[in-house]
Amino acid sequence: MSMSLPVRKFDALVVGAGGSGLRAALELARANLKVAVLTKVFPTRSHTVAAQGGIAAPLANSTEDNWHWHMYDTVKGSDYLGDQDAIEYMCRRAVEVVVELEHMGMPFDRLDNGKIYQRPFGGHTQDYGSNKMAMRSCAAADRTGHAMLHTLYQQNVRASTQFFVEWMALDLIRDAEGQVLGVTALEMETGEVSVFHAKATLFATGGAGRIYWATTNAFINTGDGLGMAARAGIPLEDMEFWQFHPTGVAGAGVLITEGVRGEGGYLLNKDGERFMERYAPNAKDLASRDVVSRAMTTEIKEGRGCGPDADHVMLKLDHLGPEVIMQRLPGIREIAIKFANADPIKDPIPVVPTVHYQMGGIPTNYLGQVVAPRNGNPEAVVPGFFAVGECACVSVHGANRLGTNSLLDLVVFGKAGGEQMVKDIRAMGESNKALPKDATERARARLARLDGAHSGERVADVSNALRRTMQAHCGVFRFPDDLAKGVEKVQEVAARAAKTFIADRSKVFNTARVEALELDNLVETAMSTIVSAEARKESRGAQSRADFPGRDDKNWLKHTLWYKEGNRLAYKPVHLKPVSVESFEPKVRTY
Amino acid sequence: MRFTIYRYDPDKDQRPAMKDYELAPETTDRMLLDALIRLKEQDDSLAFRRSCREGVCGSDAMNINGRNGLACITKIADLPQHVTLRPLPGLPVVRDLIVDMTQFFKQYHSIKPYLINDEPPPERERLQSPEERDELNGLYECILCACCSTACPSFWWNPDKFVGPAGLLQAYRFIADTRDQATRERLDDLEDPYRLFRCHTIMNCVDVCPKNLNPTRAIGKIKEMMVRRAV
Repeated sequence: MSMSLPVRKFDALVVGAGGSGLRAALELARANLKVAVLTKVFPTRSHTVAAQGGIAAPLANSTEDNWHWHMYDTVKGSDYLGDQDAIEYMCRRAVEVVVELEHMGMPFDRLDNGKIYQRPFGGHTQDYGSNKMAMRSCAAADRTGHAMLHTLYQQNVRASTQFFVEWMALDLIRDAEGQVLGVTALEMETGEVSVFHAKATLFATGGAGRIYWATTNAFINTGDGLGMAARAGIPLEDMEFWQFHPTGVAGAGVLITEGVRGEGGYLLNKDGERFMERYAPNAKDLASRDVVSRAMTTEIKEGRGCGPDADHVMLKLDHLGPEVIMQRLPGIREIAIKFANADPIKDPIPVVPTVHYQMGGIPTNYLGQVVAPRNGNPEAVVPGFFAVGECACVSVHGANRLGTNSLLDLVVFGKAGGEQMVKDIRAMGESNKALPKDATERARARLARLDGAHSGERVADVSNALRRTMQAHCGVFRFPDDLAKGVEKVQEVAARAAKTFIADRSKVFNTARVEALELDNLVETAMSTIVSAEARKESRGAQSRADFPGRDDKNWLKHTLWYKEGNRLAYKPVHLKPVSVESFEPKVRTY
Repeated sequence: MRFTIYRYDPDKDQRPAMKDYELAPETTDRMLLDALIRLKEQDDSLAFRRSCREGVCGSDAMNINGRNGLACITKIADLPQHVTLRPLPGLPVVRDLIVDMTQFFKQYHSIKPYLINDEPPPERERLQSPEERDELNGLYECILCACCSTACPSFWWNPDKFVGPAGLLQAYRFIADTRDQATRERLDDLEDPYRLFRCHTIMNCVDVCPKNLNPTRAIGKIKEMMVRRAV
């Protein structure tokens, strides 16, 4: 019975309070709708806070630039898997949303003429991929995500947005017609479960890098939105594409921004060779992230890694001088000193490719509406349901994301999703559509199983097994036997995850319970990833297979859709047609 | 290593108690947070907040051997063999190392922590010179971890009336921003025996800030501005 749980009614519900959730919430709160923002952590603890290098926008403050060039770079960066209508939409709104952030008070660095400071970043060029880099990354030192997240939170304080802090969304509520009517959620402080009943629900739940052993991602990045969507019958798109960031601190996983290379830093192997010159003669260390991560992995595999175990390479930046480092890269200096015992003013930083970003996610169009195949339409809108930010697959990043395009994605689609929700909600009647009888069943079944289990698998053991499996079987380079075995192993882990138990029985801030519930979401995310990767018989962007080393546009220029039910796959076409300009035809991708 | 940790679960405990744990550190345990995560694998009822594990989200502030800090950037190598962990002092304990931060955030919200500029915005960015922007350094980087305010005796005494170092640092962050037009209102709001003037420059805040920020200096600058506008 659903009605035995307390029900809270809203016009709009936002799940997640990182960059995209806060941007959407701002649009909704300013429209004077009754909006609730649910978040597992206090908003400024969200993982957007860890973004460093910048947000892309062709402001042309230092180099000539325009959205057409940005669009070309993003399409090429995506290895042509990105949807060109969504990419055009994002690049055309970039200047608008970044200028708005400045007006909101975001503390961007400045040029002498008072305009926003911009630095070069990997894959961002002038004149459609020429060897001149574009200075397109708008930066607040190397703390751009922190500056942006705090600014967006501050604006929500001003707009009196209603937050439900330290509430974990458990499952999506969908009725028989497939309409989304809200979520069930757990208040951590009390252990109480409530229904959040809304006319429109937006997921901004972020990424899921915690499916891997070594990740730049925060502990909270457990794919909660992906798990909830998958359990509610919504497919997940392009989950095989995970970005390995070239420069995670070796052994610690903590991110070192690509902005280091944007400012002039470069990578060295054990012979002191600047090896990127061999792999990407034009862009060198500022080639796309997939290209640099593969080059680094190859250097290490071929015995040119550094350190006693030859398991990393070095990032050199001492030649930039203390002034540039203190002014533009103070945060990574702090990180390097703390996590690598290296002061980059004197010493290089040991780095290794580290899981960083999920290009795939909940399928949406560029208005933030979730779409899924229905009655022959591959992209029928799921009524009442929106997704934005890293948990969504719009798809602007395709098979590989360019640095600084993620923060842009958050604000453009956070805003677009919020705008569309306002329109939809205003078009609806006064009252919320009735909840189905089984509204809370999925969440209650999961909680009941966990509460009833007094022995079984320990959550930490199962999640560690999952992370080790993904790390070993679905890495920078992928091998057919590893992938096939990986699918079996993740299935074993999934079976174990259904038998977990927790010793902590408390109602009050039971973090063991939260972690057990997160494990369900990690499992859905990992399963969708490895099944999709095993099936895609080509190499494109972040998916690089030893047995199919080339891109195969004839058979694989298409998006993967993974369904939890039956663990099955379907495919849908890539949008090669932009909104207003000519298509960029797929061509060989070199840097 | 031995850990003595404050434990309190209002669902079952009459009163708080200190509990001992033993842990043999592994080479992969660099930071105190790594050790806490492994302790939680032993005892899943141990409750603490954590997220980014790199010192930027501000979740895992706690009292470590008598001093406030972030577990994720406190090196195990720098700790003695016996570590005592308590929740941040001066705030109500929800459970174990988790405190109720309502009062802390209430004070932060009270200083209107957002840019106020009611002129119609220009088509492009508002201009600000690099020197003007540099005035925000040492201010905007605050991660709201509450290490400072919960190390401040004035905040312990008057958490409802004294804004506290974290809130005042942010008040000055907006006063110092050339784009903000509400300096007068902001100063008026703080010209109060409690809100600002409970700061007695004890400087515990400066001592504990994990981001090496200096709330006392910011508070001094606000006081200076008040004096200047009075004469």
